[in-house]
Amino acid sequence: MKNGLLLEVKDLRVSIGKKDILKGVNLSIEKGEVHAIFGPNGSGKTTLLNAMMGFAGYTVKGKIIFGGKDITHLPVNERARMGIGMSFQRPPAIRGVKLRKLIEISAKGNGKFLEGYAKGLNLVDFLEREVNVGFSGGEIKRAELLQLILQNPDLVFLDEPESGVDLENIALIGEYTNHLLGRQREPNKEKTMKELYREKKKSGLIITHTGHILDYVNVDVGYILMQGRIACQANPRDMLHTIRECGFGECFRCFRGETTSVKSQKD
Amino acid sequence: MSKAKKTETQPAGDLDLSIYREETGEHPPLDDLSQLSPEDRQVLLMTGVDPSGKERSGSFFQKDHSVIHCQTDFDGAEIMSATVAREKYDGLTEYWGKIVPPDKDVYTKRAEEHQEHGYYIRSLPGANVHYPLQACLYLTEDKLAQDVHNIIIAEEGSNLNIITGCATAPGVRSGLHVGISEFFVKKGATVSFTMIHNWAEEMAVRPRSAVIVEEGGTFISNYICLVPAKNLQMYPAATLKGKGAIATFNSVLLARPGSFMDVGSRIILQGEGCRGEVISRVVSTGGTVIARGHLVGETPGIRAHLECKGLLLSDKGRIHAIPELEGKTSDLEMSHEAAVGKIAQEEVEYLMARGLSEQEATALIIKGFLSLDIVGLPADLKKELERMIVETDTEAM
Repeated sequence: MKNGLLLEVKDLRVSIGKKDILKGVNLSIEKGEVHAIFGPNGSGKTTLLNAMMGFAGYTVKGKIIFGGKDITHLPVNERARMGIGMSFQRPPAIRGVKLRKLIEISAKGNGKFLEGYAKGLNLVDFLEREVNVGFSGGEIKRAELLQLILQNPDLVFLDEPESGVDLENIALIGEYTNHLLGRQREPNKEKTMKELYREKKKSGLIITHTGHILDYVNVDVGYILMQGRIACQANPRDMLHTIRECGFGECFRCFRGETTSVKSQKD
Repeated sequence: MSKAKKTETQPAGDLDLSIYREETGEHPPLDDLSQLSPEDRQVLLMTGVDPSGKERSGSFFQKDHSVIHCQTDFDGAEIMSATVAREKYDGLTEYWGKIVPPDKDVYTKRAEEHQEHGYYIRSLPGANVHYPLQACLYLTEDKLAQDVHNIIIAEEGSNLNIITGCATAPGVRSGLHVGISEFFVKKGATVSFTMIHNWAEEMAVRPRSAVIVEEGGTFISNYICLVPAKNLQMYPAATLKGKGAIATFNSVLLARPGSFMDVGSRIILQGEGCRGEVISRVVSTGGTVIARGHLVGETPGIRAHLECKGLLLSDKGRIHAIPELEGKTSDLEMSHEAAVGKIAQEEVEYLMARGLSEQEATALIIKGFLSLDIVGLPADLKKELERMIVETDTEAM
């Protein structure tokens, strides 16, 4: 079921000023796979995405390979043009620029689908508003999804796609995140699993603190990021279960090589 | 005054007026602005004045000291030379010099002494001047002084829309423009006034404007100056006399290297329930801007807001925001917001993550910041203004 490697991160070391944030992260994402990263606050999750996206302010060592090309030191927009997209956790407001205008610039040939997706995401009125100005948490996330679906990247970084989203909106966000990632949740009787996997072309990396998004989006691989390192790689559902039951304390113990905890909180 | 001090706030009366000529010959009248040379027509277009007169209710064109074209086919409004209007209407004594007194400063004094025309625009009671009336003050000779006096009257319940463009002909480098403008917005009337400056870089410009707004009246001013101006100083003031009167001043300024712009707006809120808003957006790529604003609240219950925002794109530029709030009674609500800084890296990167280059992202942010979405600007002008902004960004980098 392997479709080939899309993203490969090798020994990524990232520092901000003199502070080392990431201390040698390795991960690889195949075409069509979606991975998730869990981790306590301050473990370096957002730094990892920002460094892979190429934002300023970070000293980056190691290698980031996308589609076979070394992009470690490419500018942000070139990475975007090569097919990497990002949903921001807290995007900035852009005064005086209408959402429609921004999408028309970034969507290139997909602009004709704008109205349809805007309707589906309940954002029709927002097209005439300034980007992220006065948007609520849920509106911000939906607007990010709308921009990304039309930008149509091959690899999507999603930074806390469910944070600040109320219960009513989370299902909608989940549905369109699946769409963005080229995934349908409904079983398809016409095709075999093998065929479906081969059709999957979009890849994603989701950062999530709460894991709620995993109730809607199937994720193939989960990681725990801790103190700047990948502490663990496993089935994301098992991982989430453990974190929900025991918090990250369990991971800390494991990470430090101590014996596993005795009981989960339920007992 | 020491050298260092000289770049500080320049008081009115600082210019050497002796270098400008007062006299010039008369220009022949024109039936139609489309008879102007292609170069002149181009300048006009970029000043908001459409020589074709398309979607305009009327036009006024003053070249140096001559009014060479003036016409309107709209019954609800008058447009003519202010000098002609004074002859026709007993000196316009009710209005002339009433809110910009001639002895206000050296410029109002010289404008009174040397006045050559200017325009008189009046909308009749209840008239709705949907398409704007356009007026252009054009300077075609180097080192010439142009002193005009404009009178704008919106009669009761009327709706008046004006675009004024002030420009110099290609090849002219310097000159002096002094313009007195007196606005009378009567009961329930609305005036929307857009002024675009498109001067040569060595021009010295001294507009002197005042506005009176009566009960239920609205005055909206949009001022745009994106070209270098060696020395521009203005501080128009609106007095809201009547109950529920409203005034809004929007200014959009771009200061390139060598520009000095001291621009402010003042609103004096006297009537019950009056509202006022002063918004300025300033970008400096090396020029100096003093962005002033002054709200004076004199009656309980008024509300007013002042917003000065500046983007400084070069270390050589200077933006000095001076917002002033003056409350003279309790129970009023006045606020201000001032910010001067560079473009936020976070915003640039956000747009770059959507595939825009750094330059495209910066240009889009500056365009948004200056918000040129002013109703009634011709499409060509808007495009040209946007092009100028993109250029700006390139020169600042």
